[in-house]
Amino acid sequence: MKTYLNPIYSCAAAIELSGPPHHWPVVVAGAGPVGLCAAIDLAQRGIDVMLLDEDNTVSVGSRAICWAKRTLEIFDRLGCGDCIVGKGVEWNVGRVFFRDEQIYQFDLLPEAGHRRPAFINLQQYWVEQILVERCLGLPQAELRWQNKVVGVTPRSDRVAIRVAAPDGEYTVHADWLIVADGARSPVRGMLGLESEGQAFHDRFLIADVLMHSDFPTERWFWFDPPFHRHQSALLHRQADNVWRIDFQLGPDADPEEEKKPEKIMPRLRAMLGDKTEFEIEWASVYTFQCRRMRSFRHGRALFVGDAAHLVSPFGARGANSGIQDVDNLIWKLELVMAGQAPESLLDSYDTERAFAADENIRHSTRSTDFITPKSEASRAFRDATLLLAKHHAFARRLVNSGRLSLPTTLDASVLSTPDRAGEAFASVVPLGGAAVDAPVEGPRGVWLLLYLDGGFTLLVFDTSVPADAVEALANDANSCNVAQVGGKSVAGASRIEDSERLVAARYDGKPGTCYLFRPDQHLCARWRSFDLQSVRAAIARATGQAYVEAMEAA
Amino acid sequence: MTAHLLSGTLLNTQPNIQAPDDFYQELVDMHRDLSAQQSALVNAKLILLLANHVGDPAILREAMRAARQDIDPDQPDGTRG
Repeated sequence: MKTYLNPIYSCAAAIELSGPPHHWPVVVAGAGPVGLCAAIDLAQRGIDVMLLDEDNTVSVGSRAICWAKRTLEIFDRLGCGDCIVGKGVEWNVGRVFFRDEQIYQFDLLPEAGHRRPAFINLQQYWVEQILVERCLGLPQAELRWQNKVVGVTPRSDRVAIRVAAPDGEYTVHADWLIVADGARSPVRGMLGLESEGQAFHDRFLIADVLMHSDFPTERWFWFDPPFHRHQSALLHRQADNVWRIDFQLGPDADPEEEKKPEKIMPRLRAMLGDKTEFEIEWASVYTFQCRRMRSFRHGRALFVGDAAHLVSPFGARGANSGIQDVDNLIWKLELVMAGQAPESLLDSYDTERAFAADENIRHSTRSTDFITPKSEASRAFRDATLLLAKHHAFARRLVNSGRLSLPTTLDASVLSTPDRAGEAFASVVPLGGAAVDAPVEGPRGVWLLLYLDGGFTLLVFDTSVPADAVEALANDANSCNVAQVGGKSVAGASRIEDSERLVAARYDGKPGTCYLFRPDQHLCARWRSFDLQSVRAAIARATGQAYVEAMEAA
Repeated sequence: MTAHLLSGTLLNTQPNIQAPDDFYQELVDMHRDLSAQQSALVNAKLILLLANHVGDPAILREAMRAARQDIDPDQPDGTRG
């Protein structure tokens, strides 16, 4: 590739090769974006973690390219947000074409007052490289390249992991194994587990193309374009003047044949025109699947990302959902490892993220059915929708070229405390939803999310929580910070100024209102007035105490 | 007029079109000179336009159920007998 040279990483020979098995609190299998985020999150919490990868470099060729706002906010928490956003390209406008004309366009970011944009595009290898660099700066994380997991023996109190390294094989023991080894997940196979679902037969050609062109930084999607009849095509800009081009090829295409440059070039010529100069950076032919494991937790093995669930690429729900898995899992694992929550809290990782996976699979399957209709009736409705969309607003809502990734609202999570009777909230964040950012002023910086970092946080509006209650919450075993929007300063609470009044507007922050956020910034309880015991009970519930009771009762 | 409400269903299947023969003729005329494939497309557009006008998902679901009634996938013309 002209625009990217894969770094080659090395690591010292494993100490286990010349000694007894070493014991690690956590081992992560797979150093893709999801495994790297898991290792960074653990290391930032002071937990020793070993990350194993069979390769010695980042992704060869780009795969994931769209990183959603929620993912960027998680990257912020992991200390890499600025770096990734700085390297990526921001986009907001999408255009949809049917045959030879544009039928409509959309704008993803109708609203100011957020630190991060709706999406940035950046090649997966760049994201991985930035995450690797972050990981290498954390003393608690040890990255072992070309160290491949070849055997896993689960036990009730630990997992024995057999590793093949260039200098020989060795065994390590881990309290917990995070499995992030991708769609084919060798570890999943070693444990005799499966991922179940649906395989789609249409083949797609993906080409990353270097070109200097005046195409704007937008997402262009074609249904049945004149340059590629009866199929779909996608054009999307990445960093360094690399453009992602995706062609639907149909079910009968020969992948080896389609990958040849002499086959790809005429397609690109037809799409980009004779005058555009371009070079192929990387190309691949793929089919895709929508499937998931029945459970993401198997004792001490915790499955995340593509190893746990797979979706089609339409909607950018693969890597983005995998990173949300990690965001959901690691704080729970930390509490369980510290003895501050029962082990069953990890079962809520499975229920919450399986719920998210089902949502992603549902969206992704529907997009796939719209883009590649499977019957004459389905095609007639698809084409009818596209024809209507040019003239009628209602039909634009039905056009589905991918429903772009949004954070999953954990509806009905057992970790959430139901609202008090008679209390209503006209908030943009529903119970179970991820926090929404807003501009503020205060000691930690100018964005609200900076104050919802590092543990449970109680966000209170224009009310003075008694100083002894702030102290009590800070000293509880599962402690909670208090962030106060407006009101009188109270010792121990962070006081933030709602400089543009957007916090109150977005959260329906009438005086007295309290929102309790989990360490992953999901809202788990809310009240219209402060009550210490209610907050403590909600934290107990969110850390699995109520979950244990519910399970025992069942 | 409100029989569908009294019977507990939402979909009005009582006569509601003022000049039924005129409507029927217009419906058939809409397809004049069209191939089967073109007609299918026009029908699909018409369904989507009307469905959006109705809006209520419960009514739409009921209409879909009523439309599917008596259609037998094992019969070439879809209907029994």
